[in-house]
Amino acid sequence: MAKEKKQNNAKTAKASLPPSGLKVVWREIWKDKVARLAFFVIVAILLLTFVGSLFLNQGKITEMNVLDSYYGWGQNGHLLGTDDGGRDILNLLIMGGRNSILIGLSVTLITEIVGLVVGLVSGYYGGTIDAIIMRIVDFIQVLPQLPIIIVLTTTINNYNAFTLVLLIAMFGWTTTARYYRSFILSQRGRDYVLASKTSGSSDFTIMFREVLPNITSMIIIDVVLTIAGNIGIETTLSFIGYGLPSTTPSLGTLIGYANDPVNVINRPWLWLPATIMLLLISLSINYIGRALQRAGDARQREN
Amino acid sequence: MWKTILRRLLIMIPQLLILSLLVFVLAKMMPGDPFTGQINPNMDAKTIAHLKQELGLNDPVWVQYTRWVGDLFHGNLGQSYTQHVSVLSLISDRAVNTFWLSLLTTILTYALAIPMGISAGRHQDEWQDQTIQIFNYFTFAIPGFVFYILGLWLFGFTLGWFPISGSVSASAHGFWGVVGSRLYHMILPAILYALITTTSIVQYLRTGIVDNKVEDYVRTARSKGVPENVVFNKHILRNSMLPIAAFMGTTITGLLGGSMIIETVFSYPGMGKLFLDSISQRDYSTLTALILLFGILTLIGNLLSDIIMSLIDPRIRVK
Repeated sequence: MAKEKKQNNAKTAKASLPPSGLKVVWREIWKDKVARLAFFVIVAILLLTFVGSLFLNQGKITEMNVLDSYYGWGQNGHLLGTDDGGRDILNLLIMGGRNSILIGLSVTLITEIVGLVVGLVSGYYGGTIDAIIMRIVDFIQVLPQLPIIIVLTTTINNYNAFTLVLLIAMFGWTTTARYYRSFILSQRGRDYVLASKTSGSSDFTIMFREVLPNITSMIIIDVVLTIAGNIGIETTLSFIGYGLPSTTPSLGTLIGYANDPVNVINRPWLWLPATIMLLLISLSINYIGRALQRAGDARQREN
Repeated sequence: MWKTILRRLLIMIPQLLILSLLVFVLAKMMPGDPFTGQINPNMDAKTIAHLKQELGLNDPVWVQYTRWVGDLFHGNLGQSYTQHVSVLSLISDRAVNTFWLSLLTTILTYALAIPMGISAGRHQDEWQDQTIQIFNYFTFAIPGFVFYILGLWLFGFTLGWFPISGSVSASAHGFWGVVGSRLYHMILPAILYALITTTSIVQYLRTGIVDNKVEDYVRTARSKGVPENVVFNKHILRNSMLPIAAFMGTTITGLLGGSMIIETVFSYPGMGKLFLDSISQRDYSTLTALILLFGILTLIGNLLSDIIMSLIDPRIRVK
């Protein structure tokens, strides 16, 4: 009876560990005033872009109407003016912001899953499997990423937003895999892994049921920082004209108006709002990521 | 140690082989052939087919591949599809500009990053460290091109301190005139580029110092009565500089290959700009050569970094 109770206690303690870790992390963000501000900025941008775009029609806002071109701030009912094709910048900003965030999220989803699985397998098994996987990762990482993506965007048939996600993810998973692998390597000699092995758990169980929950906070930190990084890559590509197709607005495309010196001085409404939005997104997400990292480090020190 | 270097060199052979295969496949995927842009519209299809046959475009793919690699070894990168000059001369003109920009950027990067890293590590959690951490957070978080655009807007357009495009102005003459003009054009992009590049070096150096501070050998030195300055400069700093030195290789080649964005923003006529121009002009022969070049540069950079690392850190040498 007593023994059973003890076991139960151990079980609940084990089960409640990851959520309590999350709670600690959340409290840590809430305590940090700047992180709280960053959180509100992100929520505001998400509301503006995702809810705002519900009222917009992508086909309609990218329609050209040369008669309306280059209205300035607030002219003729266009709060942020219009571009060379008479398109409303505010609409493009809302739509572009949503698209850039969505691309960042999708790429992160793919790279995290692939990277996590590869990193777990590579780090857990070690030896030959690890050596082979790491050679491949090494090789992909020394490839000139940006030039190859750019060439592929121009040669692939039926190029669209989804292909762009795949192209960016094709390189992105290697960083994630390397990050998790190095951590798993340090876990695989730990007592809880060895004990589980001795008691006959399968490798799969150990990897995904026992090691994985131990790295929850690492995953959260990496996801947050990777989203920011991937939004950066997509907007960079769109900025130089090889990211999202021209019919799909992106923050990068809007900032790309600044490639023309005339626009830089005389028409700041074209590129400045998108620049500010991207700055706010990058700074806020990164700040939250860093706050999480600090909280994670503090927790590790306590243990 | 020679064993390590030799082994590292051997690893490069398969890497180069796979890289060349990859670039070849990419080149095959691109539309166009060596006649694009050179064919006289009056030529009939039969002559074109004959020319193609003569150049071996109908040969099996692997024959074409070996011929392409053979040409590479002879420095023959083909003709530009659009410019009527050889790809080699087109690239070498631009490579000079990229080389100078990268050199200045590297110097500025290390000149800024090393003092910042040392100061942050030495005064851990004091105001120096906190200031540098905030600065580092900004340079890490802000996407490079946004940083460049804002810098160009503020210092180039609004304040008018620096030129907004080009590499050497046409009016510059005389040796010093050209050097001066070149520097004047490079200084703003190089500073902005360097500030973005410092992030990881500062972070590595700071972490290195912070970690080394509490190592046993430092405690031993202190307890022996070694003066604090000597402990810091001779023991802590030397060991923390190791990864920074190793960064050198990847930093230089990374800058050479990754200058695409900065060259676009500042309309600087370097290799990155050439790459993007070639894409928009569909100059696929130049593109292929450039991708191969970027790839080889990164491979060499990693090779250099590994060799530097094994030279300065005996722990990672192969036994």
